[in-house]
Amino acid sequence: MSYPIRRLGESLITLFLVSVVVFTGVRALPGDTATALAGEEPTPEAIAQIRESYGLDDNIVVQYLRYVRHAATGDLGVSSRTGLPVLDSVLEALPVTLELSALALLLAVVVGVGAGVVAAVRRGRPEEWLVNAVALLGLSVPAFWLGIVLVLAFAIAVPVFAASGFVPFGVDPMENLRHMVLPVIVLGSGLAAVVMRQTRAAMLGSLSADYVRTARAKGLSRRQVIMGHALRNSLVTVVTVLGLQLGHLISGAVVTEQIFVLPGFGKLTIDAVFSRDYAMVQGVVLFTSTAYILVNLLVDLAYSVIDPRIRLGGAQ
Amino acid sequence: MSAAATALPAAEERGAPLAPLSRLRLLTRNKLALTGAVAAAILVLIAVFAPLIAPYDPARPDFTAALREPGWAHWLGTDDLGRDQLSRVVYGVRASLQIGLLAVALAFAAGVPLGLIAGYYGRFADSVVSRLTDTLLAFPFLVLAVGLATILGPSLLNATIAVGVSQIPAVIRITRAETLRLKHLDYVAAAVANGGGDGTVLFRHILPGALSALTVQATVGIPTAIIGEALLSFLGLGVQPPSPSLGVMLSSAQAYIAAAPWMAVFPGLAIIAATLAFNLLGDGLRDILDPQGDSR
Amino acid sequence: MTTSTAPPALSVRDLSVVFRTPTRVVHAVDGLSFDIAAGEVLAVVGESGCGKSVTSTAVLGLLPPTASVGGSIRLGGRELVGADESELRDVRGRELAMIFQEPMTSLNPVLTIGRQVGEVLRRHQGIGRREARERAVDLLDLVGIPAPAQRARDYPHQLSGGMRQRVMIAIAIACDPAVLIADEPTTALDVTVQAGILEVLRSLRERLGTAIVLITHDLGVVADTADRVLVMYAGRGVEQAPVDELFGAPRHPYTRGLLGAVPVPGRGRAAGGRRRLQEIPGLVPSLTEQPDRCTFQPRCSYADERCGEQRPALRALRAPRERDERSAGYERYGPERHEAACWYPVPVHPEPTEPEPTEEEAAS
Repeated sequence: MSYPIRRLGESLITLFLVSVVVFTGVRALPGDTATALAGEEPTPEAIAQIRESYGLDDNIVVQYLRYVRHAATGDLGVSSRTGLPVLDSVLEALPVTLELSALALLLAVVVGVGAGVVAAVRRGRPEEWLVNAVALLGLSVPAFWLGIVLVLAFAIAVPVFAASGFVPFGVDPMENLRHMVLPVIVLGSGLAAVVMRQTRAAMLGSLSADYVRTARAKGLSRRQVIMGHALRNSLVTVVTVLGLQLGHLISGAVVTEQIFVLPGFGKLTIDAVFSRDYAMVQGVVLFTSTAYILVNLLVDLAYSVIDPRIRLGGAQ
Repeated sequence: MSAAATALPAAEERGAPLAPLSRLRLLTRNKLALTGAVAAAILVLIAVFAPLIAPYDPARPDFTAALREPGWAHWLGTDDLGRDQLSRVVYGVRASLQIGLLAVALAFAAGVPLGLIAGYYGRFADSVVSRLTDTLLAFPFLVLAVGLATILGPSLLNATIAVGVSQIPAVIRITRAETLRLKHLDYVAAAVANGGGDGTVLFRHILPGALSALTVQATVGIPTAIIGEALLSFLGLGVQPPSPSLGVMLSSAQAYIAAAPWMAVFPGLAIIAATLAFNLLGDGLRDILDPQGDSR
Repeated sequence: MTTSTAPPALSVRDLSVVFRTPTRVVHAVDGLSFDIAAGEVLAVVGESGCGKSVTSTAVLGLLPPTASVGGSIRLGGRELVGADESELRDVRGRELAMIFQEPMTSLNPVLTIGRQVGEVLRRHQGIGRREARERAVDLLDLVGIPAPAQRARDYPHQLSGGMRQRVMIAIAIACDPAVLIADEPTTALDVTVQAGILEVLRSLRERLGTAIVLITHDLGVVADTADRVLVMYAGRGVEQAPVDELFGAPRHPYTRGLLGAVPVPGRGRAAGGRRRLQEIPGLVPSLTEQPDRCTFQPRCSYADERCGEQRPALRALRAPRERDERSAGYERYGPERHEAACWYPVPVHPEPTEPEPTEEEAAS
């Protein structure tokens, strides 16, 4: 079986298991499921309607199959708080989270890979020490605390950036960026630290590899050897790490949005938890996990493009 | 060959497996790791003797002394309810370490057996465990915590479970990799050939061999757990007020960020100190126990 | 073979390489000198750790910063020791090329073969991507890779070890280097593949007049391929001679031990045939010191006090046997010269007091 097909099969199994867990989760709510799903202080009519539309009196397997069929067609249920379809709220919040995540990822890759290369190339010099120290600090400083401190420094003491709120890019690009700078730093810094450490480790490995010696023996310039040969190989590791960090990115986005009051996915989730909007939580969890599985699948396939040994089914 | 190896300058550093004593010497030579170990020990002492160290009752409000700046009476100031920040930070460190250790213990209790099974028996067992790991991974830490908080309600215990469960995949992965590596080593193969039962081989031969890697994982798991707890408590999904927790303290500090910045600064520094201590220790241990480096 | 008056393509004089780590100092190469002329194949032999590979890495200037290099390495008229990095980069791959021992790992796994061969052409000949690609295919063809146009699009893992080593050779000869250093080019390969690689090297020498420094363990390879042999021991050159003469009449006790047999006059090639280096009792000395004595003295059965007190220089011997009358010529540089660093060179004809070894002893 070729690699992409096997990988796809694995993803489908995981997706199935995730849907079972999410489905079971709501049924594991304390008390009557219909009452819980109807939101706070429900009327008997609302409960009856929920029981009817979810088919809660049916066999559990029938319920599961109906749940999957609905989810597959985009029907994630109705929010008990707003009365709107869950999917609509999710799609509305998504662009905010995507912009935040994409910019943070960009920051992490640019800073992390750059610093990692410097640390590896300048091994044993002050530069390496400095980069390592900053990375260790980046790993140890909790993002939400960094957020508070940055707000204190750049939004209250010296008000250059916005401390909270969101302006869509389409409405006012400059204002959009002014609101995004601090959240992106908060979300991107921890990730940058991880990327840096992995890049450094991978670069140290490839810089001492035989093919780098070959490249040097060809008379290539330092830059060609480092960028064209050593970094090119190290990127395989870096892409893998980014895939593994996706979960952290999602968790981090939730917190960052909470700190900076960004109307994204994370804020939607936390608000739903506190208003006991179970349908919303269920929808958000399923959506996130599915997205996670899909993105990881894409990362693995991208990985096989970067590394011909996997693409062509050679080694491994 | 053995004689010729002396000609290579790097031969000494690569070296043979180290005796436990020289590992200890390496720990003392690795200054960063030593710093981490000392700092971690101090933090543990603070946590154990919190009732003796804290000058005030961390939960008792004193509205006459609200929002005091750091001074002689209250070294780290007071919060909006007039509670002594130093006492709350001390108890917060205690809570953080408790949760950190518990969560890591939970992750190991579940992850180590699964990793051993996957690595040792391979094939079907391996695929089952792999899918399980993937499924767990598909629920990012916060999403998992949100789910648990929704079903069971926010609490210290549920935060610990969420933090612990989110670390299970890493423990499985490392145990599995170590088992695979050790399974093919001569002494393990010999034990199997001599008719050692699976239990004997796993617990006498493989688990001790995997101990180095697992020690490192535990050390880096603790700071992750401490940050995780603080994060959940900050969001209101973990420790519930008025219990002291570094995350809860930061959460309430947010409202007073301009008026009383010390409320945010000191709990944050405590979290950084705790995570930095264990991260340094973990990095140092990794260098000492696994000289090939942190490539994975 | 060249005439003895041609200037050497590569001339190494009194080369020393010292590695300094915080804990110790290692004299990896100590006062080594040799020359190689265009079209000549010089084999460098010795046990692992004797400094062969360090020497070749030093010639390319690829040693780590912990190494300090002394003496002189002249390529054509150009001094390489102390030359700045950009000057060395212009030399590497163009005038001076190297083939490494590990064909499995010496090629970059994520770049195509064609790109890796073309790269060196683009670097030194300032040609475009497309032209480099075409020339790369020609080079792959030249080193005997079948279907070169297709192979150029392959990645290293798709090729066998022998094919990869041919790719390495293609990279090395891309710019017609004056000197090619081949560090154990066949050690990692099957015997049948070895023969093919050596054939490629030999034809290179014929066609392009490349000077080849062949570093090897394998005396069979030496006998088949080399014109001259330099024997190294513990970072020093101990004997240097034309290949037939070295096998036929080794003069240094170490070389004798290495060949593992008492030479039979007139049957040099046969005595040195397909045989690996022999074990010599005793340990290779630690290179942390730089003793003022013969480094082989502790293991040498001929040694006396002088060997333990004074360091013998590598000096020309009186030519053996019937060449005696022409011995004046051997003092100059030339491929015919036979040199040994020994106070008491082994006589060409064994002393009568020394018993002839039996077959078993010779084989052990």
